[in-house]
Amino acid sequence: MRVRYGYRTFLLEIVMIAVALAFLFPVYALITLSLKDARGIAAEPLSPPTDPTFDNFSRAWSQATLGEALLNSTLITVLSLLALIATGSFAAYFLARCATRLGFRLYVLFLLGIVLPFQLGMIPLFRLVDSMGLLGTYQGMILFYTGIQLPFTVFLYTGFIRALPGEYAHAALIDGATHLQAFTRVVFPLLRPITGTVLILNAVFIWNDFFTPLLYLGGSARETVPVRIFAFVGQYVSDYGLVFAGLVLASLPIVAAFLVLQRYVIRGFASGMKG
Amino acid sequence: MSLSIPGRRRRGGFLTPPWWFAAPALLVYALVVLYPSLSGMVYAFTDWSGIGDSSFNGLDNFRQLFRDDAARGALGNTLSLTLAIVVVQNGIGLLLALGVHTRIRSRGLLRVVFFAPAVVSPVMVAVLWKYVYNPAPDAGLNGILGAIGLGGLRQDWLGDPSLALWSVAGMVVWQFAGYSMIIFLAGLSGVPDELHEAAMIDGAGRFQRFRHVTWPLLAPALTINIMLSTIGGLKLFDQVYAATGGGPGYASETLSTVLFKEAFVLGHYGYSTAIALVLALFVAAVSLVQIHYLRGREVNG
Repeated sequence: MRVRYGYRTFLLEIVMIAVALAFLFPVYALITLSLKDARGIAAEPLSPPTDPTFDNFSRAWSQATLGEALLNSTLITVLSLLALIATGSFAAYFLARCATRLGFRLYVLFLLGIVLPFQLGMIPLFRLVDSMGLLGTYQGMILFYTGIQLPFTVFLYTGFIRALPGEYAHAALIDGATHLQAFTRVVFPLLRPITGTVLILNAVFIWNDFFTPLLYLGGSARETVPVRIFAFVGQYVSDYGLVFAGLVLASLPIVAAFLVLQRYVIRGFASGMKG
Repeated sequence: MSLSIPGRRRRGGFLTPPWWFAAPALLVYALVVLYPSLSGMVYAFTDWSGIGDSSFNGLDNFRQLFRDDAARGALGNTLSLTLAIVVVQNGIGLLLALGVHTRIRSRGLLRVVFFAPAVVSPVMVAVLWKYVYNPAPDAGLNGILGAIGLGGLRQDWLGDPSLALWSVAGMVVWQFAGYSMIIFLAGLSGVPDELHEAAMIDGAGRFQRFRHVTWPLLAPALTINIMLSTIGGLKLFDQVYAATGGGPGYASETLSTVLFKEAFVLGHYGYSTAIALVLALFVAAVSLVQIHYLRGREVNG
């Protein structure tokens, strides 16, 4: 089966590269237009920029207040991930190691959350967050992401822990460690591969989420990147150079992170689960 | 250990972690998911508007949903959009996977290129595609069509009511076909070379090998892909909201956008939770049917 690189493979290579180039057309348009001024776009929208200008980028950065939005997105994503890992890994450890009927029922209760679409509880939750005074705050978003992503996080952790021998923790317990020490010092470090998957899948979901931050943060100083960009686009809708420069800046962090970690990101997504 | 409740200690012994390990997660989960979802199910049967008292109105909300042209149209749109996305995204994803899972030298790079859009925010992809779908003859897709001599195919992609929904499907497929590809690739790498060699020795051609060796073994990947794209399609909101806002008219309205407008523009909380319940039932029903059907296929394959 391991055929050599023959002329058929070469033909396939040409076809696949052509497909990739066509596929990349929107990205080409994005970069080209972001480097042109309004006159350049009006005259020759799709030709490569002859006289590239970076003016759009500095204007987009300040007019969309992207610095603030990036800071908001970073804080919300990082703190939600910490809360998810902390609560999810502890709960999963209990669920994986507790052989009683109660433990199993609790596990099923968590799994139910993967099937329930969040729209069902969306309005009552919005009212609840409002009544707690958490609209327009980081805390409200962190609480939301922790709760909404817990079923999936618990599911991934529980499966992984079940396949892990219990002897490591037992040895620590027999040596006099508390459960807390046994988990944090012995078991948790062994969970590194699945913690990586949990981090990547949840980070992509939280960073890109739009609907809930639009509801909870829209119009406030706490807007995340997608919400801020959406408002910015609405304001400068016909100024494509400016809008696209904003898009490039806003998607740069996640695209850069993806390119650096691509092996892990692709492996995480290939597991077939999504937040 | 001293915190374990007596019952747990008797059953699990001192090696079982204490119950309070699960307490913080359970608390947050109950607050954010369980309690709101349960109240959503109850409010679906009321005329709740967010102000003042609400009273039960039986199945009125659901009757209204099937009488209301906008909501019925949105239901139809959601189903058509989902079907289109499931078929086209997975079809393209499979072709890309088969093309990349070969000896070509660019396979590593192509895998990254095709998958990359999936990590970007759908709203930003929608903004980008609004330009691709620009009605001007020299911009975006129309510009390309003109440049390659297919100017006759130029369209007002998002402004034409009969086209808007399919244009939205197109941008979703562009963003997530690479994601389907990745899952198919994971499935393909699980197909042992020996099976292909055996089939080749038995005289099976390229197509026969695909049909009888690769395809049956791709069943788990296909299951996952169809599940993910169906659920994603049914819930689709960001791309529609950012690209067309449901328009022109109601041409690209989906259950999620109607739900959003009824709740946060019109304040019809009771009615919009009823729409959410219908959406939830669809998602749950589709998941169950698919698991059942595709499980059977896996066994027979």
